[in-house]
Amino acid sequence: MAGIDDHAPPPFFKRGPAPLALLTFYLAVSLALFVVDLRMKSLDLLRQTVALVVDPVQRAAQTPGSLVDHARVYLRGLQQMREDNTRLQQAQLQMAPNLQRLDHLAAENERLRRLLAVKEREKARGQVAQIMYTARDPFSRRIVIDKGQQAGIVAGQPAIDEVGVVGQVTRVFPFSAEITLITDKDQAVPVQIVRNGQRSVVFGLGDGHLELRYIPANADVQVGDLLVTSGLDGIFLPGFPVAKVSEVKRDSAFAFARITAVPLAGVENFAEVMILDPRQEQPPPPPEPPSRHNDTGATKKHGHKK
Amino acid sequence: MQPTFTSSRILLPVRPWFIVASLFLALLGNLLPTAWWPGIPDWVALVLCFWSIREPRRVGMGWAFIFGLAMDVADGAVLGQHGFAYVLLAYLAASQARRILWFPVAEQALQILPLLLAAQMMQLLMRLVAGGDFPGWGYLIGPFIAALLWLPGTFLLLLPQYQPVERDANRPL
Repeated sequence: MAGIDDHAPPPFFKRGPAPLALLTFYLAVSLALFVVDLRMKSLDLLRQTVALVVDPVQRAAQTPGSLVDHARVYLRGLQQMREDNTRLQQAQLQMAPNLQRLDHLAAENERLRRLLAVKEREKARGQVAQIMYTARDPFSRRIVIDKGQQAGIVAGQPAIDEVGVVGQVTRVFPFSAEITLITDKDQAVPVQIVRNGQRSVVFGLGDGHLELRYIPANADVQVGDLLVTSGLDGIFLPGFPVAKVSEVKRDSAFAFARITAVPLAGVENFAEVMILDPRQEQPPPPPEPPSRHNDTGATKKHGHKK
Repeated sequence: MQPTFTSSRILLPVRPWFIVASLFLALLGNLLPTAWWPGIPDWVALVLCFWSIREPRRVGMGWAFIFGLAMDVADGAVLGQHGFAYVLLAYLAASQARRILWFPVAEQALQILPLLLAAQMMQLLMRLVAGGDFPGWGYLIGPFIAALLWLPGTFLLLLPQYQPVERDANRPL
């Protein structure tokens, strides 16, 4: 190399590395990032750093949408507001008998549970967050909310709206957090059928529907059955509505029935969500006897996310 | 420099801050809540492609990589997904820049289409290999719309460089 250097033409123009070399370099870095992020999920620090820079742009991009929203609310007029108000007051009145006795019932329940020496039910607490926007990536179902590390959000917290479970916080940035919706592909929520107490796991299908897996073909599942969280995963509190069974296909060729469900919560609307606080530390599960493999898979996905 | 090599109109030199501003504006466009409408073009890809062709010495793969990373984080996509596609797009655009600028603007749009389509297909391919679901053919409409937007886009992005046409009766040129 040294011999040729003497005869090389002097560098008139500074041009940097050759384009092909640069291309190879950047493509290699991108590919490395892709593989590391996908397989090892250990790039949170890089993600958070970039998020700090992108965050102001994200917030700015939100402004037109929220302006339109405000304008719509403003223009909707007094009349409709009044109607809404009346309707809500009536709804509240209808619920009043139940609500007023709820405290009493909860206290009674607690006392009875204590008498039965059963662990007391955890109380649900949380904070309200605004949905900033839906992620553009067509390959995943995620929403971004306006609260993050600053508000004490941690990965794994469940998110609900006024009807049911929306999803789970999967990534936390300084000022925002990402919620993976229950309809995201292979997002799992352990559930229980209200009618007969049968436990299973619903998985997102990625197209806005859910699938109830690991239910034997002859099991008692009907269209219209309500699925609520079973709480077995130690993440979701038990009893939150998740979905309603919309279709049951039984095929004798397969051991399991093919059961589709639709989420109850307005999973893909813009609104506010409630981020529930993480559950208290659960006792470790008892060691499983080696012969039982019926009910597995329930907490597989959540295990990674923690 | 001229709008195209065959044009006789001379442009003012580009201002670097305008390039950066237009790229950030494109990023803003990508972050607008338009996720549920089909065929919304990838603004960053379009603007990046434009500057890679107009100013390959100023905007290149480095910017493409940085904006790809920003898009990945903002989108909640896997890191490197947009970066890979944008870097490839910037390289292809820069390598074709001298050829593409010989065409009239409408034909340039036709030359841009395969580049944008390749970038989009690259992302699709990466996600399918990684086990994602096919998001539907609507995903591939974006580049076609973006290619259509090449004409107004070229005009808008070159606007600060146009100088007023002054006719001087004493000078024939």
